[in-house]
Order: sequence, then structure tokens, then C-alpha cells
Amino acid sequence: MHELSIMQSALEQALEQARLAGARRVHEIRLRVGVLSGVVPEALQMAFETLTTGTVAEKASLAIENVPARFWCRNCYAEFTAETLFGECPTCHAISPELRAGRELELASLEIT
Amino acid sequence: MCTECGCGLPGDKPFRILGRAHDHDHGHGHHHHSHDHAHDHPHIHDEPKRHVDIHRSILDKNNRQAERNRGFFHARGLLVLNILSSPGAGKTTLIRETIRALNNRLKTAVIVGDLETDNDARQLRETSAEVVQITTGTVCHLEAEMIARAIKQLHLNSVQLLIIENVGNLVCPASYDLGEDLRVVLLSVTEGEDKPLKYPPVFQSAAATIVSKIDLAQVCEYNREAARANLTRLAPTAPIFELSAKTGQGMEEWCAFLIAEQNKICARDPLVG
Repeated sequence: MHELSIMQSALEQALEQARLAGARRVHEIRLRVGVLSGVVPEALQMAFETLTTGTVAEKASLAIENVPARFWCRNCYAEFTAETLFGECPTCHAISPELRAGRELELASLEIT
Repeated sequence: MCTECGCGLPGDKPFRILGRAHDHDHGHGHHHHSHDHAHDHPHIHDEPKRHVDIHRSILDKNNRQAERNRGFFHARGLLVLNILSSPGAGKTTLIRETIRALNNRLKTAVIVGDLETDNDARQLRETSAEVVQITTGTVCHLEAEMIARAIKQLHLNSVQLLIIENVGNLVCPASYDLGEDLRVVLLSVTEGEDKPLKYPPVFQSAAATIVSKIDLAQVCEYNREAARANLTRLAPTAPIFELSAKTGQGMEEWCAFLIAEQNKICARDPLVG
């Protein structure tokens, strides 16, 4: 259950950026969460509701963009999106050790007024 | 900053505001005048939403501290291991027996993380290594900041190997870089060979994996081929060490690996004499 502390860090950053941008209200906080980040989006949502109470982000919506795992295949010299969490190339079936996306835990953007 | 992959660099401007203030519909009845104006008067009645791009890692603070730790470790020629496993896989016993098996070939210090108690630290103090305990309370993982504070308690002069025993947990610690060189993930034969498939992120991030308690393989009907295949599917470049800290089986190979890795650090860093 580290989603609470992750959400807390995300919210701290979001509120700081909102303050710098002169926001009176935050309407949406958008995160990008990789499938290999080890974070459960549903748990983030729960934490979000608790943590935003009493802040300028109260009643804001939390948008979570899931980022699929993308690997680089050295044989095919191409990037591919993995269907599962294993980096198996759909063309040559080799296992790729080179993960290029999928670990993201990122505060992407805000909608503010 | 790269908005494609979101790879925010620490020196980047934290955000930018896109000029989207006027792409909304006016939900009121007034008509625009015929004159051509720049339309820059303020809308007090229906303030448009502004979009603020940030694209910064949520764990930015931890990641930066981890890099500072890494720089500090490298400058001292320290090989740093971050040992991860589920509770009871044998982290503490492995560390204790690694120190004994190394037999002063690498001077070692240990940082132990636990929610509560210093039992593990006491066990490790029976060895020649200096040990610092971090009690995390309710926090289910170690963070780079905790490591930065813990290393101040250690006398690192001439220490070559720092082993960090993370909190027993296969989920949360995977997200937190501590500044280690090698993330070592343990799988004990008692846990079943499909464990890596149940916890892909942590096994995928491993630089080396250890199959522990190998002396119990037969009793547990451990399927060696399946376990190795699962580990390789997730971390194809990570070497696998099958060992028993209790009987000593496989320990010498593991120690030789650590010595070779420590030599690599000394060889590559111009700051280390």
C-alpha cells in the first residue's frame, strides 16, 4: 500500500504547481502510470479522494493514463508494445532486456482556473 | 523536457502554460461586435480552464536523492546492493552468511530496514560488519532519503561493500531507487517457481536474482527449469544464483560475483584511487 504516499507526493507537486500558476481551483489532475510501475490505479483513486479534501483540488477529477510496456528488440531493430508484462518480441519471439516505457509514475498535467 | 515520454530532467522548467485560454465556447447570449479586436478582455463570468503541462516524475524527489547517493557511493568505490524479497525468503541469513563467506575479502557494512524490531540488525552484528538499523514504522519500503541519513551513522572508511536489506515486500520497494548499483531479488524455493510471474515489476528490475534455500529444493518439489525460465523471461540479463546460505552451497560463486562487481566499480570511476 504505497499508493497513499505516492498519491501524496503527486498531490504535493500538483498543488505547488497550481499555486505557481495562480490557480484558485484545480479541476483535473492527470497522471501517467506505467503497467510496470507497481502501482494500482484504483488504490491511487481512493487515496486521491481522501487527500484532496480541504485543498484547492477538492472535487477535482483524477485522470490516469495507463502507459503500456514498450521494449526494444535488438534482432528486429524495432520497438514493440508488449501484450503481456514480458518483453517477448511478437516478430522473432526473443526476450528483450531493454524496457523503454512502462515504469512511468508521472504527474502529467493540470486543469486549473 | 520531453513531452513524448515525459523524461523530465531536474534542470528543466517545471511546467509551461499552453495558450489555450480562448478555445472554449461562450455559453452566453452576447454577439460579437463587428470590429476586429484581439479579444483579450478578461472573462470574469465564465473563467476558462487553463491547462498546465508538468510531466515530472512523482518520485522525482526520491530519484534525485538516489542519484546523489549513487555519486557518493561511487566516489568511495563502494559496491551497493539493494536486497529485495518477500518476508521470510532469507535476506538476513543470506547477508550474514555472505559476510562470513567473503571472509574480509570485501569489507562490508549493512543497512537493515524493517517496520519494527531490530532483530535482524542484532543477528547481523554477530558478524564483522558494521550495521545500521532503519525502523520505518508503517512505511512499507526504504527511500533514498532514509539511506542518506543512515550512511552518516556508518564509518565507511575502507568499506567496499554496502548491503541494504530492504523491507520484506515484493511490491512497494520496487518503485524506489536507493542509489544502489545492483538490485538483487531473492526467491526462495519454498515460495514456488511462479512467484516472479505474480510480481513482475520487482523481478523485472533485478540486476541479479538469487534462488535461496536451495537445500530444500527436493522437499519443496522445486521445479528448477520453470523457475529459471520465469526469471529469465522477466530479467533476461540478470545472472541467477542458486544457493543455500545454510549449507554454503553456491555461496562461493555468489561471493566471486560480488568481488568482480566491486572491482568493476573501482576500475570505471576515475575518482577512486
